Formats: sequence, C-alpha cells, structure tokens
Amino acid sequence: MDAALGQVESTRNVGRPLAIEARGVVKRFDGTLAVAGIDLEVPEGAIYGVLGPNGAGKTTMLRMLLGIIDPDEGTRRVLGHDRPRDVARLIGYLPEERGLYPSMKAYEAIAFLGALRGLPLKVGRQRGRELMENHGLGYAAERQIRQLSKGMAQTVQLLGTLVHEPKVVVLDEPFAGLDAFNQGKLENLLRSLADNGATVIFSTHVIAHAERLCENVAIIAGGKVPYAGSVDVARDRIPAQVRLETARNDGPWRAALPADARHEGAFWYFPLPDSGIEPLLRALIEGDAGILSLSIERAGLHDAFVSIAGEAAAKALEEHSPAEAR
Amino acid sequence: MSGEATPKSRLSLWQAAWVIARRDFVAILFSRYFIFFLLGPLFPLVIGTLAAGVGQRVDDATAQTDIAVAMAPADVDAMLRAQGALQPTLGPTLPHMVVLRRLAPGERFDARAALSRPRGNIAAVLTGTPAHPVLTATARRAEEWKGAVSLIAARALAKDEPVYPGVQTVGVKSSGASQRVGRVHTAQVSLTLLFIVTIFLTGMVMSTLIEEKANKIIEILAAAIPVDALFFGKLFAMFLVSMVGITVWVTAIGGLIELAGMNPAMLGGFDVHNLPTPGVGWPLYLGLAVIYFTMNYLVIGSVFLTIGSIAATVREVQTLSMPATMAQIVVFFVATLALVDPGGPLEVVAILFPLSSPYAMLARAAIEDSLWPHLLAIGWQALWVVLFIRGGASLFRRKVMKSGPQPLKLRRRDRRAAPEVA
Repeated sequence: MDAALGQVESTRNVGRPLAIEARGVVKRFDGTLAVAGIDLEVPEGAIYGVLGPNGAGKTTMLRMLLGIIDPDEGTRRVLGHDRPRDVARLIGYLPEERGLYPSMKAYEAIAFLGALRGLPLKVGRQRGRELMENHGLGYAAERQIRQLSKGMAQTVQLLGTLVHEPKVVVLDEPFAGLDAFNQGKLENLLRSLADNGATVIFSTHVIAHAERLCENVAIIAGGKVPYAGSVDVARDRIPAQVRLETARNDGPWRAALPADARHEGAFWYFPLPDSGIEPLLRALIEGDAGILSLSIERAGLHDAFVSIAGEAAAKALEEHSPAEAR
Repeated sequence: MSGEATPKSRLSLWQAAWVIARRDFVAILFSRYFIFFLLGPLFPLVIGTLAAGVGQRVDDATAQTDIAVAMAPADVDAMLRAQGALQPTLGPTLPHMVVLRRLAPGERFDARAALSRPRGNIAAVLTGTPAHPVLTATARRAEEWKGAVSLIAARALAKDEPVYPGVQTVGVKSSGASQRVGRVHTAQVSLTLLFIVTIFLTGMVMSTLIEEKANKIIEILAAAIPVDALFFGKLFAMFLVSMVGITVWVTAIGGLIELAGMNPAMLGGFDVHNLPTPGVGWPLYLGLAVIYFTMNYLVIGSVFLTIGSIAATVREVQTLSMPATMAQIVVFFVATLALVDPGGPLEVVAILFPLSSPYAMLARAAIEDSLWPHLLAIGWQALWVVLFIRGGASLFRRKVMKSGPQPLKLRRRDRRAAPEVA
C-alpha cells in the first residue's frame, strides 16, 4: 500500500452536499477494536458501496451511521445531524439479518415498517398494496409473512424499507440470499432510487455489484478504511495491464518488456510502461516480435481491492461471494 | 451544520411507543396466547377449589370425634340425656357422645385398651359415674373436653330441670376491632389479587422481546425508534391486554354473582355486598387499586422486560423466569408481612423498595385514611419505572446491539466449552 492509502478522497469537489459523513469513528466491543477510526463521505444522490469481507466491520459501521450504536470516538452525521435518529423519518434501513413478524399480512408489514418511520398507517397500507402490485407481488399482499417464500419476504422487507420514501437508504448486504434474477432487479431499483434523488449506501462483499452500481466506494478491512473515494480513481491507482501475443517466443523484442512481465499460455502480461504504448510498440516491431494481438486492459475494482486491502482480504472476500454474482 | 432536528423528522418517544404498543396489542389480542391469558387464572382457581373440596370432605370425615361412654346402664342413659338437653343451648362446643358399653354390675372396663383399638371416631372414653367421671384421652383432648364433660355430668345429676334464659341480641355492623380486622382482610385480598394478576402479566412481559429477536426484527426497531420507546410500547401493549383481560374477568365474575344470584355462601362466606370499607373509602380505594396495579405492573414489568431482553432464546427466558417468579413471591410476602406492623420499619422498607412499594401502599390504603403518602408513593414509583426502563434500554443497546468479532476472552471461553471434534 502506498502513502495515499488510508485517506478519504474528498468528494466535496463534486459539488454535492454530503448525505453521510463520518470522521475518525472508532468502536470497541469488550476491549476488541471492531472499527478503528473510519472516515467516510457519501454525497447526496450517490450510490455508495461499502466493500469488505465478513467481519471487516461493515455492519458495525452502518449501525453507527444509523445511530443504533454510538461510536466510542469520532463523529458521524447523517443529513447534517449528529444524532441520526433525529432524522429517522428520512432514513430507510435494511439490516443484514432480515426479519418480519410472521403473522402479519404482507401489506401490513410494509405499513408497519413505514409507521416506525412516521408514515401514517393508513397511507402505509395503501402504499404497501401499491408497491407490491408494482413489484409483481400484488397477489400476495393479503398473505401472512409466514406464507411467503424467502425471496418474497425479502422483497416485502425491502419495500417496507422504502415505503416512507426515505432520502437516505442504508442496505446491509442487500444482495445476499437473492438469485441472479432478483439481484438484477435490485440493482435496477437502487439505480432508480438514486435517479430520484435518494442517497443509497450499501455494504457488500460482492465486488461486481459495487463495480456496476457505485460511483464511490469505501474499502473496509480489519475495521479500517484503507480507501474511500471514486471507483474510477481506485482503478486508476493500478496501471493498465498490457496483454501481448507474439509469433516468436524470443528475440531482441524481449528487451522491451519490463522485468515483471508474466508469460501465461500464449500471452504476456505486464503493466503499461510510464512512457506509454507508442515506444513499446516501436520496440516490439523493431525487435521483430511478430505481434499477433495486443490489448490494454484497464484494472478492475477487484484488482484495486487486492492492491488496496491486500491479498488476504481479497481472498476472504471471494470466499463469501456467491459464484453467480462475481 | 447544525445538530438540530428538522421538525417532525422523527417520531417522539410516545408516538414511537404507540406504534409498538398498537402492533403488540393487536397481535396478542388475536393470538391464542390471549385465550391462555384469559383462562390462566382459572387454573389456580379450579385447582384451589378442587383442593378445598377434597380437603373439606376429608375434614368432614375426620372432624367429628366422639366421646364413648362406658358406664352402668342408668348412668349411660343419664349422661346421654344430659348431653341431648344441653346441645340446643351450647351448640357445637358440646362434644358428641356415643355408647361404648353398658357395664354390668362389678364389671371392670379398660378404657386405655378400648382407645388403642381404632373404632369409629372415638377420641375419648368416659368411665366412672356422673358423680365421679373419668375421661381417658390425649392430653389435648382431655383439656379441651373436661369442662364440657363436667357440665354434662352435673346436668345428669341434677334433680330439677334448670331454666336457661333466652338472650336478646342487638346486631351492629362493625366494632372498632372488627373494622380493623376487616380492613386487614381487604388489604390481604387486594394484595393477593394484585399479586396473581401481576405474576401472570410479568411472565408474559419477560418473553415479549423474544419474538422480535427470534424473527430478527429487533434491529429494524432499534434503527427506527429509541429502545426506550420499544420498552414503553411493549409494556403499554401488555397493560392494555391486561385491562381487556381484567374487564372480561370482572364481567364474568360479576355476572355470575349478580345475574345467577350466587349466594355469598357459595363464595366461602365472602359477602361482596358487605365488604369492610377501606381506610380511604371505596371509590378512592378502587381508584388507587387501579393506579397501584398500573405502577406495580410497570415497575416489575420493566425489570422483567430488561431481564427478558437480554435473554437470547425462549429457553433462557424459561430459565430466568423461575428465580424471577420466586423474587416476586418474596416481595409479595414482605408486603403482606408489613400488614402486621403498620408504620413499623418493615412497612417503611416495603414502601421504599420500588418492587414492593405498590403492594405496601395498596395495603396502606385499605387500612389508613391519609391520602398524601399516596401522592408521594406514586411519584416515587413512577421515578423508578423511568429509571428501570432507561437502564434496561441502555443495557439492551450495549449488550444486544453489537456485532463484530468476539472479544478474545470470550473466544477462549467458548473454545474451552466447545466439544472436541475428532
């Protein structure tokens, strides 16, 4: 990790006010450091991903941002308020451990979750039915939660999270337990929320979701945030990779390759030299490499994660990622 | 940026508590638990009635004990006549007499041997003559009956029929002593009812948060509303349920008594129309009973709710409920014991200790007529309700709402406790 790691790349220059802000947030449980001084800035209207393996401190951090637990040190602000519960009506929260009252009817459950956030019960019931209808679950509105499938119950809970039209939506591992089809639907829903001005912050250990959805991410590992900022900047921290296929295995052109070039199968892989592509091409042509193909591949978020959080964290992340989402 | 809340950007404590209370109230009222709650008091009542009935029958079968007379035939007849003549005047205080043996002249009779043989309900043997009666019995029985036997013997020897003048009686509703005793009885009955109702409720309160934990709703609630509001809401819901329950019970019992014309004798001589007036008078006493029931429920309920909230499973709640119930019984006993020493140190302790304070004050309302101590006591109890709920909520947030890696010492302990896998 280089010297820039551990710093928050300021998003103020984007020009949007901050929906969520955390400074030096620390949390200990019985002497164990769960979160070790986290800084975070989430602009209004952004889809913000918190990326990290299980046990990294994602849930603890989100709980602190929501005011469920208080930090031992540091400050956090949600919509400009030091006490997040003061703006509880403007927040929607989907916890990692999903749960609803099993005997409640589906639309009632949505209305109840809205009522907790100040939405009148009558309005909540009406919106509950409408939301279920809009999501293709209208036929199940009168069913008890215990009569729904796990995926349907999960959708009902998500709708309950959104029924009061929150300005900030906090989702803890929202893709967990969903099949690929529903993951896609959820991605679309999150995009539409952001398009309508809501700020969405979600935690995940599936890099692909963050890469597809987020403008900004925070990478969290071991209770620390070694990187928080734009996805593009994170990817740009790693030089683009050159993939080269040549007709000849050896020759003077080999001197043009950097010392850390890897040869895998028919291809050579190495970082794009600081001098750029043109001098490299010239050297390969003059060295009679017989270029069959050459491509420059921009680093992915996964590469950035490995570079920032380390191999161990990346491995832990992959171990918990569902195969279809990678 | 200011830390001030935007107007109406969150629910107030009471609004949030109402959301919880409304949900819980409806959920409990339309669940089978409410049926059990309604029927709950019937179980001890039915068992108590059955036990009392069985006990009464056993008692009836063994209660009447006789004095067996073994004398000369003329003496036996004289003694039985005398007993019969005295019976209408002296009533049940006079022992019952049966003939054991009419002795032939010169016949000796072994009263000890006769008593040692189990025969009927013979508790004593009377031998000798009316002029010199000999009563053979256990020391307690002999002491109890020797006066009566002497009276019967004297009546058997008397040549003239004595005249027993009739006594004119003038009834009054109460005396100083009977009023005091009556008020103590009122206090005892009130405390017992308060205890029974509370013990049913607190048992349910203890497990009330288990549903949220089991169904993992607790985090959603904790994120949206203050934990204090959650606790208040839970307590209010159960309180409302109890009010419905009590209304049903009172209506049912009142209906039985009034509509079915139940005789007070059927209630074990407990005449509801002639209950002794409590110290503060009936209207105030009933009002105070409602208030102290509420305070008792809130004080004990808040403690039990906290204990239950820390438990992770139904099994843990069951484990905790036994000592908690025992503690409630101890509190009830202390408050009841304080009745024997009004104004004494025990009553003061019972009034000051928040868990027994409602009991002790309700008893006090039955006996004493002063009102100002009740205002102080209600304030004192309300303060403890707030303290218990605040403390419970804080404990709940610290102990339950945490995630992340377990502390090292816990992990070590778990490892030690964990069974080894081959």
